[in-house]
Amino acid sequence: MTKALSISNLSKTYKNGVQALKGIDLEVEQGDFFALLGPNGAGKSTTIGIISSLVNKTGGKVKVFGHDIDSDLTNAKKMLGLVPQEFNFNIFEGVEQIIWQQAGYYGIGRKEARKRAQPLLEQLGLWDKRDTPARELSGGMKRRLMIARGLIHDPKLLILDEPTAGVDIEIRRSMWDFMQDLNEKGTTIVLTTHYLEEAESLCRNIAIINHGEIVENTNMKSLLAKLDMETFVLDTTGLPEQLPPIDGYEVRRRDETTLEVDVHKGLGVNGVFSALSQHDITVLSMRNKANRLEELFVRLTENKAGGQAS
Amino acid sequence: MNLVAFKTIVTKEIIRWTRIWSQTLLPPAITMTLYFVIFGNLIGSRVGEMDGFGYMEYIVPGLIMMSVITNSYGNVVSSFFSAKYQRSIEEMMVSPVSNWVILFGYVGGGVLRGLLTGFIVTIIASFFVDLKIYNYFVVISVVFLTSVLFAIGGFINAVFARKFDDVAIVPTFILTPLTYLGGVFYSISLLPEFWQGVSKANPIIYMVNAFRYGFLGASDIAIEVAFALILVFIAALTSLAIYLLNRGIGLRA
Repeated sequence: MTKALSISNLSKTYKNGVQALKGIDLEVEQGDFFALLGPNGAGKSTTIGIISSLVNKTGGKVKVFGHDIDSDLTNAKKMLGLVPQEFNFNIFEGVEQIIWQQAGYYGIGRKEARKRAQPLLEQLGLWDKRDTPARELSGGMKRRLMIARGLIHDPKLLILDEPTAGVDIEIRRSMWDFMQDLNEKGTTIVLTTHYLEEAESLCRNIAIINHGEIVENTNMKSLLAKLDMETFVLDTTGLPEQLPPIDGYEVRRRDETTLEVDVHKGLGVNGVFSALSQHDITVLSMRNKANRLEELFVRLTENKAGGQAS
Repeated sequence: MNLVAFKTIVTKEIIRWTRIWSQTLLPPAITMTLYFVIFGNLIGSRVGEMDGFGYMEYIVPGLIMMSVITNSYGNVVSSFFSAKYQRSIEEMMVSPVSNWVILFGYVGGGVLRGLLTGFIVTIIASFFVDLKIYNYFVVISVVFLTSVLFAIGGFINAVFARKFDDVAIVPTFILTPLTYLGGVFYSISLLPEFWQGVSKANPIIYMVNAFRYGFLGASDIAIEVAFALILVFIAALTSLAIYLLNRGIGLRA
């Protein structure tokens, strides 16, 4: 089956000599929800910029649903929807105007665009604001407007560059639901985000880019399986002065009722509960100290920075 | 050609300059009214005839052309640069709109504003002078082609512009002097022979004179030369604009 996105040996060197991409290879299957992660300056935005024709590449190939951006750019663009990181609409234009204009660039007439815009804006909670100039929208509304604009031509591949940056938790969750629903209906999604729990919750496959190179490209389960240790935070009814030693686990007191326990892969947490129970310590709740993907991400990108590419 | 996209860009431009009509349509109307009152009525009555026509009658075509040139150019340069500055140009760049459609869409918006301004100035002029048109074809074709030419010029300026100052440099230091020295207020036949030659290096003199010919039937230069020059400039600037767009100069990293 044709790949939704196929990148081979993609490189980019800017005029100032900065080598942003060093020949990366990447493939995204149709229908996938794919995370492209990396620290700031890793090459994510350059990659997205090249795919969406906003940045000229130095070398390599990019195909969107089989359409080469060098030889068949028009068709490649038709397949693609982009929700960029920065707000890039005309702030003096109204919400609906921004939407029908975008549709017009894809050859969709104003009447049809309005028909498509209504359910989209309603779903994203912007219908009541359709005549409002974009500058008067809140940050969350502007983000949703960008999503609506990116979807008006019904793209098969949607690239979301930090779509939930700066929005509150409630809106972020509703945007997650929206993105999941979109993916279930068949839209392939490539997501970049700094909220790693977002990538962990939504994405099936993942690539981590650092210093212009792909340092990891696998599915989410395999990646998380690489995590050899997790730290859990346990809330208890109370802790004794001297913490009891628990074989195989490293235990630390955080305060009078809270414990941190390092659990190595394969050990499980039952041993912790048994040992604590033997010392009459009742556990009220338990949670991960850090997001699992976050731990891996830091490890992978730090390794690379230290010259130990994984 | 994606006609829907072309129509979208032109409509977007019309909405833009009609929304800010007090900045786009009103100022040329006021400025030109002042020109008519001061140069036409007050000073013009003492100047007497120019090339056998009343001074007011003589300067009207030039003033109309001046407003068309500045508005066609100014609309495209400010609109396209604003789109670059706000990065809303990316909306178009990621979409399958061809570079020809982007260019013609912006030029279309600029030409419509230029022609509307020219029409407004013509209406105002009709209060001061009994306007007669000698050759409708020449009037319409020259004003249209000149508007197209300067709209493309504005587009190229916007492509190269990196800051708002760059948008103002060409109109202030090149376009305005060339327009004022382009035979709007005088016939170049009044100049010494040397300065007549120098004046003929100014392309605006051909457009103003061709337009004046359409109104009065009199011109300092040959109409055919004016048409040829305008068409050559349009072809050259269009090629340059398309080259810049294809290369992504000033637009893509």
